[in-house]
Amino acid sequence: MTRQLREVVFVDGVRTPFGKAKGQYAETRADDLVIKCIRELTRRNPSLPPERIDEVAIAATTQIGDQGLTIGRTASLLAGLPNTVPGFAIDRMCAGAMTSVTTLAGGIAFGAYDVAIAGGVEHMGRHPMGEGVDPNPRIVSERIVNPDALVMGNTAENVHDLYPDITKERCDAYAVASQEKAAAAYAAGKIQPDLVPVATKSAEKGWGLATTDEPMRPGTTLESLAGLKTPFRPAGRVTAGNAAGINDGATACLLASEETATELGLPIKMRLVSYAFAGVAPEIMAVGPIPSTEKALAKAGLSIDDIEAFELNEAFAIQVLAFLQHFGIADDDARVNPYGGAIAFGHPLASSGVRLMTQLARQFEERPEVRYGLTSMCIGIGMGGTVIWENPNWKGDK
Amino acid sequence: MTDINKLLVDVEKLFSDDEVVTEAKLQKVTLPSGKVLGLVTLDNGLDHSRPNTFGPKGLVSLNTAYDAALADETIDAIAVTGKQFILAAGADLTALQAGGADGIRAIAELGHAVFRKLGDGDGSVKKPSFGFINGLALGGGLEVALHADYRTVIDSVPAVGLPEVMLGLVPGWGGAYLLPNLVGPAKAAELFIQNPLNQGRVIKGGEVVAAGIADVEFNGADYLEQSMLWADGVLNGTVTVTRPEIARDETWDEAVKNAGFFAWAKTGDASPAAKKAVELLTLAKTATRDEGFAAEDDALVAMAQTPELLASLYSFDLVQKRAKRPAGAPDKALAQKVTKVGIIGAGLMASQFALLFVSKLKVPVVMVDLDQDRADKGVAYVHAELDKKLAKGKASVGSTNRLKALVTAEVDYEKAFSDADFIIEAVFEEMSVKKKVFAAAEAVAPETAVFATNTSSLSITEMGSELKHPERVVGFHFFNPVAVMPLLEIIKGENTSDAALATAFATGRGLGKTTILVKDSPSFIVNRLLGRFMGEVAKIADEGTPIATVDAAFAGVTPMPPYQLIALVGPAIAYHNNETLAHAFPERFYLSENLHRVVEAKKGSFYGPDGRTLDPEVEALLEVGDVVKTAEEVRRQTLEALADEARRMLDEGVAQAAEDIDLGMITGAGFQFWNGGLTQLLDREGISEKVTGSKFH
Repeated sequence: MTRQLREVVFVDGVRTPFGKAKGQYAETRADDLVIKCIRELTRRNPSLPPERIDEVAIAATTQIGDQGLTIGRTASLLAGLPNTVPGFAIDRMCAGAMTSVTTLAGGIAFGAYDVAIAGGVEHMGRHPMGEGVDPNPRIVSERIVNPDALVMGNTAENVHDLYPDITKERCDAYAVASQEKAAAAYAAGKIQPDLVPVATKSAEKGWGLATTDEPMRPGTTLESLAGLKTPFRPAGRVTAGNAAGINDGATACLLASEETATELGLPIKMRLVSYAFAGVAPEIMAVGPIPSTEKALAKAGLSIDDIEAFELNEAFAIQVLAFLQHFGIADDDARVNPYGGAIAFGHPLASSGVRLMTQLARQFEERPEVRYGLTSMCIGIGMGGTVIWENPNWKGDK
Repeated sequence: MTDINKLLVDVEKLFSDDEVVTEAKLQKVTLPSGKVLGLVTLDNGLDHSRPNTFGPKGLVSLNTAYDAALADETIDAIAVTGKQFILAAGADLTALQAGGADGIRAIAELGHAVFRKLGDGDGSVKKPSFGFINGLALGGGLEVALHADYRTVIDSVPAVGLPEVMLGLVPGWGGAYLLPNLVGPAKAAELFIQNPLNQGRVIKGGEVVAAGIADVEFNGADYLEQSMLWADGVLNGTVTVTRPEIARDETWDEAVKNAGFFAWAKTGDASPAAKKAVELLTLAKTATRDEGFAAEDDALVAMAQTPELLASLYSFDLVQKRAKRPAGAPDKALAQKVTKVGIIGAGLMASQFALLFVSKLKVPVVMVDLDQDRADKGVAYVHAELDKKLAKGKASVGSTNRLKALVTAEVDYEKAFSDADFIIEAVFEEMSVKKKVFAAAEAVAPETAVFATNTSSLSITEMGSELKHPERVVGFHFFNPVAVMPLLEIIKGENTSDAALATAFATGRGLGKTTILVKDSPSFIVNRLLGRFMGEVAKIADEGTPIATVDAAFAGVTPMPPYQLIALVGPAIAYHNNETLAHAFPERFYLSENLHRVVEAKKGSFYGPDGRTLDPEVEALLEVGDVVKTAEEVRRQTLEALADEARRMLDEGVAQAAEDIDLGMITGAGFQFWNGGLTQLLDREGISEKVTGSKFH
């Protein structure tokens, strides 16, 4: 048989408002968070017959309890999709949802799927990072991985050591800007359209409704950040203010082959160009996005100068700033995270990848002059992931 | 209406530490449009197996929440919903019972006064309101939402209804006025008059929107979110709710007439609550909201003073609690696991057993008869019944195949019973035959197998007397139709061991039956009382009172007139039961020669094909005297006989308590819930004292 590669498009993406651990979702189940996202996707895209969905991949880092039980399958059943729609669970720590997207995109390009749902969830309040892990003792005895690699804050401090000119002050300034950009984006209504409200359960207060991101701290100033503790090292640089917090949330997006999207009348918000994952020394995982981006650019035959819109996950400010410094981009470049990032919205590990994509899609919509954009994030145990997208609104040379 | 502040004080007298308090928790929710919803969650702090209920403290808590929501100027609208899976199951019946008639009045009026704040405000402020029916909503649990201006319902809701009339009450927290004005009188009558009188039927799922109770339904995956977004839409005008206009013309009167006739026919005009409910339905056509609610208050107070209410609460307690923990049952731990059931016989009764056992226990069931043909017929019956369920879409192909494969036919006792744990006989009602088949089964069955008999009249003790292990024999007396009637009398013979008895109770529970422990005695509890009843009735008719008069005498006592009951069970079976009892107690149990003649003539009924006029051929057979009694005299004389018999059964230890007699008569003979079965009725009418010198309770 002859086989033709198919274009993969990002049709639509949604997420729950993110919560602080022990905050608005303290008594709400993790699987319920991602179920709301799946339902919102089908509700927002009524021209998609649910039985046409060929796969549901949902990521979670800690796949136990309400994040276990093959969550892609159970969440799709609980969301009311027909039982003929299969599903599975995915794990690549922070890049879980991103890996859901790339895995299903690969399947779409190959012809295995026409339409698929990719997403992720992490309820870090219920499932703190490292819950139930059992690291192989060879990690220590044979020095395979520096023990620092298992504590993300330590890896971030290690990256500061590699980039001594990226000071705590630069990181704090970046963090303040992230909060300001997020607040401005909220005020302009650029975030809310892709949020799905979640009924929150509380034995003490009764039911409520989450409609906004709980972690945001508008009004954060350099002064207020300056005094924060550096919990990972005495005289360190990483603080709760210049890093993402411990968060709960879920995301999901609809992917399709371009011809199926056209056939079903589904919107096309982004077109997939290339993607790549790359490994680095686990104790400096925050530099992971640099090699993964170089790899993805190379596969696409593009250079960093072709990229005019960036959505970089702000697990740590140092991670973003190291990336920008490496590629010669200014800390405050307007192309980078224009609506703010994880420092403001939060970073519920395995869910964040799709949030980056949803925001990049928003950038594409607002800036038709942009042709290429990328989403990138660092990944625990020393990895980075990058997905490069093309703007379907772009109409030839600027 | 009484002032709410006075009610709040009055109700404090009813506060009890035992109340499981359903707290009303108010949370302010900002909707996407910016409007603020005061969301009240009802939550008793326990899981869904203990539904929310409204007791005195719970009502006070709800009042506080509503007041706070009305007083808070930042709140634009109010909604009420429940903890996960449950809105509420109505009034706290334990609290109602404990308070007596005054207590009922206080709770009734307070509930009314609190609930209506959702729809009417507090006199100075009124806010748009929503009821989110997120799960089970019965009685007051539905009424709390009916007061709202708008309602949503979860599409999987398992039970919505106003069953108060079944309990001797009326929907008096607004339901009897609000529902007919919301959904129209005919639908309302079905929901709060007919359904309660049809074994407390409730509606579920899509029926709720179809009935007009809720404006819209949402899927359970994001029910509450969608409800709140919908509410936001209503508040900002993007969602418009339209409801059909309710016609206030002669169709309303027609609906009332139909409901009245239904209640009359179903209760023999004997349920004050049903009559009161019909009155309220009439009134709802013209009354203002205040008048309607005031009438409900009065109705509740009136009901609170009826003995039928206390009797209903007593019955409710029997079927909810005593039925689940049968008095006198041995420790459950003694029961042995049943992994294979043997049935001796493959006739109609045996086949019904096989169907029930395989459907409920899902273990191998083997039917044994004298030849393969008969045994195969039994299996064929079961397979056909299972296929019918499949065809109706009530079972899946897989589960049908599973059950069919479990039922087998056999002629060889050893092959059939060598690994059976529970063997039940359904052979001819003759002691020698039953002894013979049990002996044959014992020769091949495991030593521990329990032998159950469905005899309705023979001695359990004697049936086991010639076995090597008489302690394994236990009576297992079903009522016809076996699949439908909830009662199972479990009879302990003189030798029956606790282990066998425990297995019998566990199996009965596994079959989904209400079990009652009975001492080995002629006809046990229900048939003995029905036998005395039918004997007395037959005597009166034979002496000269027309059958029509006799049949009219028991409206509101029995589910159907006695001579229609004979037609239902068959004259031969009725006569056989009377024969057994007349043989055991010749001085009290009358054996009707006329009934015997009807049996001999192989007539199926005293009535002709229309079921109402006597069959002329039967009439020609009857020899009657000339003593004509009134219906009232017939009723009185018969109830006196029943009082006498019930007292004897308690004295003899046949039944352990009057409660078991009533539970048996309600679940096995269809005696009325609001009469409290039998003994409450006898006490209430002074018959117990007159006949036996004391009351039963």
